[in-house]
Amino acid sequence: MVLSLFVLTGFFTHAYSQQVEEVTVRQLLQRVNQQNDSVYVVNFWATWCGPCVEELPVFSADELHQNQKHLKVLLVSLDFKSQKEKTLIPFIRQKKMEQEVLLLNERNPNDWVDLIHPSWSGAIPATVIYKNSSSVFHEGELNLHELKELIKTIHH
Amino acid sequence: MRKMSTLLLMFALSLVAMAQVQVGDVAPKFKLLNTDYTEVALEDYNEQEGVILIFTCNHCPYAKFYEERIKQLHSAYKSQGFPVVAINPNDSVKYKEDGFSYMVDKGYEFPYLLDNEGIYKAYGANKTPHVFLLLKSGADNFKVGYIGAIDDSPQDASEVQLKYLENAIKAVKKGTAINPTLTKAIGCSIKPF
Repeated sequence: MVLSLFVLTGFFTHAYSQQVEEVTVRQLLQRVNQQNDSVYVVNFWATWCGPCVEELPVFSADELHQNQKHLKVLLVSLDFKSQKEKTLIPFIRQKKMEQEVLLLNERNPNDWVDLIHPSWSGAIPATVIYKNSSSVFHEGELNLHELKELIKTIHH
Repeated sequence: MRKMSTLLLMFALSLVAMAQVQVGDVAPKFKLLNTDYTEVALEDYNEQEGVILIFTCNHCPYAKFYEERIKQLHSAYKSQGFPVVAINPNDSVKYKEDGFSYMVDKGYEFPYLLDNEGIYKAYGANKTPHVFLLLKSGADNFKVGYIGAIDDSPQDASEVQLKYLENAIKAVKKGTAINPTLTKAIGCSIKPF
């Protein structure tokens, strides 16, 4: 029962009619720090961030997901909570975004930026790859090739 | 082997180029075009106690959130020897709204300088807004006293609990140590010339 619920939830959150879940950094870290061989690609972005929006297609590229059953993309939006219904959800629909979008529910960046990675300045876009409790971090835009290379660095 | 060491050297140099100034370092000098078509240099402020140097821009929502607070900082601290100097490091080709005419339209009472020389790199600013509190140090120099955010609540000025930048200035005024000297903030990546 729990499993089927889980599968169902997974199914619905993949559709671009998705509800956007709000998460704290600690909730996010709990979700990605797993010992299940899954690779979590976590991208911090926002609809108001031009370079982030340009980079987004990279995370849904077929080439990234091919033969990668255990790869899960989480697009963590730093949009403002007040803009969730007005801007973020319409944006997801309009772009037909298929990867799961989460909305970060945090207040003071000084409290949580370091939890993602100590070397992160706080500029977006930024991407972290998690696998079995280890992680690699990249600040700035990535193209598909760079993203795949970054993922490779954590594959062993 | 030589090729390898050249590569290593280039890598090391690129690290140096990207390195952010540290608290306590001498503040890099600049002379940039202001929105009133004059040039403004750091040494123009040699008579002040310090400078609130803010890399900011027009297009970024975080910069917009802080626009009013930056104006208030200038009116509150200019008379206390800590005027604001704002620098826009973005290329208007990447962000139209960050073009010079749009900067002029802001009509700020403090200098709003166009960084077409990459001064942001000398400071290691990597987003807007990004604050550097400069403190007078000797006759012709400033040193960096604080780097980071203006306060702890970018999205809502009414929810601010910690005014990092103002606390730093107050500490300097009192002659006590600035704490913290470094904070993290979210902002828009800089798209330079």
